[in-house]
Amino acid sequence: MAKKRKTYYEIAIEKGYSRRDFMKLSAMMAAFLGLESSSIGQVAKALETKTRPPVLWLHGQECTCCSESFIRSSHPLVADILLDQISLDYTETLMAPSGHQAEKSLHDTMNAYHGEYILLVEGSVPTKESGVYCCIGGKAFEDVLHEAAEGAKAIIAWGNCASAGCVQAANPNPTGATPIHKLVKGKPVINVQGCPPIAEVMAGVIVHILVFGNMPELDRLGRPKAFYSRRVHDTCYRRPNFDAGLFVQSFDDENAKRGYCLYKVGCKGPVTYNACGVTEWNNGTSFPIKSGHPCIGCSEANFWDNGPFYEHLPNFPGFGIESNADKVGLGLGIATGVGLAAHAVSTNIRKRKLIQEGECEPEENES
Amino acid sequence: MEKRIVVDPITRIEGHLRVEIEVKDGKISDAYSSGTMVRGIEIILKGRDPRDAWAFTERVCGVCTTVHALASVRTVEDALGIVIPPNAELIRNLMYCTQMMQDHVVHFYHLHALDWVDVVSALNADPKATSALAQSISKWPKSSVGYFSDIQKRIKKFVDSGQLGIFANGYWGHPAYKLPAEANLMAVAHYLEALEWQKEIVKIHAIFGGKNPHPNYLVGGVPASINLNEVNALNAEKFAYVKKLLDDAKVFIDQVYIPDLMAIAGFYKDWGAIGGGLENYLVYGDLPTNGYNDVSSYKFPRGIILGRDLGTVHEVNTKDPEQIKEYIAHSYYDYKSGNESGLHPWDGETKLNYTGPKPPYEQLNVEDKYSWLKTPRWQGNAMEVGPLSRMLVGYASGHEEFKEVVHWALKTLDVPVEALFSTLGRTAARGLETVLVSNWAQEFFNSLISNIKNGDSRLHTDYMWEPKDWPAEAKGVGMSEAPRGALAHWIVIKDKKIDNYQLVVPSTWNASPRDDKGQMSAYEASLIGTPVADPEQPLELIRTIHSFDPCLACAVHVYDEKGSYVHQIQTF
Repeated sequence: MAKKRKTYYEIAIEKGYSRRDFMKLSAMMAAFLGLESSSIGQVAKALETKTRPPVLWLHGQECTCCSESFIRSSHPLVADILLDQISLDYTETLMAPSGHQAEKSLHDTMNAYHGEYILLVEGSVPTKESGVYCCIGGKAFEDVLHEAAEGAKAIIAWGNCASAGCVQAANPNPTGATPIHKLVKGKPVINVQGCPPIAEVMAGVIVHILVFGNMPELDRLGRPKAFYSRRVHDTCYRRPNFDAGLFVQSFDDENAKRGYCLYKVGCKGPVTYNACGVTEWNNGTSFPIKSGHPCIGCSEANFWDNGPFYEHLPNFPGFGIESNADKVGLGLGIATGVGLAAHAVSTNIRKRKLIQEGECEPEENES
Repeated sequence: MEKRIVVDPITRIEGHLRVEIEVKDGKISDAYSSGTMVRGIEIILKGRDPRDAWAFTERVCGVCTTVHALASVRTVEDALGIVIPPNAELIRNLMYCTQMMQDHVVHFYHLHALDWVDVVSALNADPKATSALAQSISKWPKSSVGYFSDIQKRIKKFVDSGQLGIFANGYWGHPAYKLPAEANLMAVAHYLEALEWQKEIVKIHAIFGGKNPHPNYLVGGVPASINLNEVNALNAEKFAYVKKLLDDAKVFIDQVYIPDLMAIAGFYKDWGAIGGGLENYLVYGDLPTNGYNDVSSYKFPRGIILGRDLGTVHEVNTKDPEQIKEYIAHSYYDYKSGNESGLHPWDGETKLNYTGPKPPYEQLNVEDKYSWLKTPRWQGNAMEVGPLSRMLVGYASGHEEFKEVVHWALKTLDVPVEALFSTLGRTAARGLETVLVSNWAQEFFNSLISNIKNGDSRLHTDYMWEPKDWPAEAKGVGMSEAPRGALAHWIVIKDKKIDNYQLVVPSTWNASPRDDKGQMSAYEASLIGTPVADPEQPLELIRTIHSFDPCLACAVHVYDEKGSYVHQIQTF
């Protein structure tokens, strides 16, 4: 395996880029990350001195939608991530070798870069019946995970499966599907939520770690604040319809054709924290609400058991405050005040619950 | 001397797959295929709202995302007698075509190509000769000497860094690699291009379904609405976007995927006589052009071929309790009626009962139960499903489009018709149907626009949306042709809730363990007789398994005849 790893700067110079080009790249990177211009130097330094960090990607109980989402990334492009930015030494989805040779790749990196590699985990861990519900190379996935986690610098739990158990943890959770942070202790775990997470969010989390050499700030559920601190409802472009009491009553009705709010047909946007409304999906092409389907809340723990999907949230405050445009104009100040208060209430209810839980423990399916 | 070779995990697939084989005189003499992961989604579905089932089942697979959602909404619609508006059918067809094109291209380049393409050999290619080769087979514009020279430099830098990432420990230099260095370099360039392209085509899913992977579906139609005078709905701008993506996809398939497929296949014609396996092929059909219930209108015709007899297409009825049954003689499940019985999916049971070795284990007990997959049979017969089956049923049904592409491929490669029944045939059939699908997508798009022009913009029906209108009990079947083959869901609805939900997916047909009579399923059967030049590096096994495009995950370990571990040769 590698003796000496090249830095991004060395690679850039070898590729024929000038120092000036390199600084431009750093500036773009900083802009992409939303940093002040004074941070450009920091970005440049990080890229100059960092080598391609080794990364291992494990697969447990999953459907590979996280891997598929990851390869949809448009900035950076996934080919650039794989060839220039990280050294992805193990992923069952893309790696050339199978079987024993594949396991060799895993162990080579675990040994050569002990304490240095980043561990990415896609999928939950079945804990019932000694782990027989997911075996790789004849080993229980839980054992594979613990072995790899031991020497990891940090762990990223991709998607709802690794963060909260997802569909297989839905009631009655037949296989004891368990998220990573419940099993691995003493290591930082970043929960990149969603089913799957948005491609550019996945790439963005990796870019953050590479460039700044630290963990992004996380919320109480272990999710990066950059992407999970806003409710889909609060960033939804249909929100003015909600505030004005304009709702789709049934799919493809006249109101649907006008793009009104989907709250009454089951939208979970008001209780879902994700970047869909801002970052959008597939390089900003759309997101579920924009294409006419209510948010099903896929970045929240337990969302499978919070259904049915097409039943609207019970007693959600702030519902239908302003029934028509005249009233909006007439009582703008009051109405806006009430709307804000109503949202503050629901947000506080949620926050209170999280605060009561004390630890940074996400809500879990304990069934 | 017989060697037991275990490959676990088998990589470049979806899911967890393990294959154990025995090798005698340089050929595979016995094979066992095992799914090593289970989640119990059928159990979880019980008691839920049938209209939610599409989202649960969609999460069965994120690679062939959409296919289970489609089968699921059809299942519920079948049970409740819902007929969706024509435009909703067309949008579902467009999403289907999108999935098929993306999935097949990704399979060819990112999951299968490294079985035929030696990445390291590309370092020895002459960029000038590579450019000449590329221009001789296609008018794709990215084919200059400078372009290939840059790609080669990029690979060289990558290899020189000593960090080979996903390419480390590959089977590079294996004698079964036959491509000249220039073809390898061209294929590596297109590997990278395909990686960029695949993220574009799926934007069609985002436009109609809000996101990809796992776009949204809806019982009774599709969730989007059409309003040409509204920015918040499907309007002229959105349709122009879809059209552009479809056009670009067609160009990539015609100018990159197919020329590469034929060029590479030309060096591996011997694989036209390897990996045939079963002789029975099953297709449910898909892409309705006159509503889902008019099977005669399907672009992919429904039918069965037995004993490779292309003269007769047999009928299949998924509602007949005697035709399709699932067996568990070698699967980790219990049936109330006993181990030997088979159950039609409407009466299906999913009771997990692991009886295999306690992990960590080195070998499965293949005499007993050895997989998490059940074993489906059609009238007791093992059936292969997938692109090859679709191509054969389309051909045997006399559909001109199928005959045309099959004849073209056989002529171009100068191989006999028997070459279809092989590892190479499977891989070629996947490419040929991608061409058909890219053409049909244009037709569906044009029909959609023409319907809108004629004043029809409906995308959803409210009929039977409300549970209060449902009968006390209802049963349904929803069928589709997933990229990997025939897919069906069966539902029993009681008191507005799911009473039973069973999925029989393509990889269940192909990758399942033996049945109670000892008959092999498609993976196992296709491996018998496959040559293995070097048991330490079972590249040939991987080729045949990948030709099915498995939808589970797998790994391989090598054992000697006593079951003890054989160390592998380090390739890098």
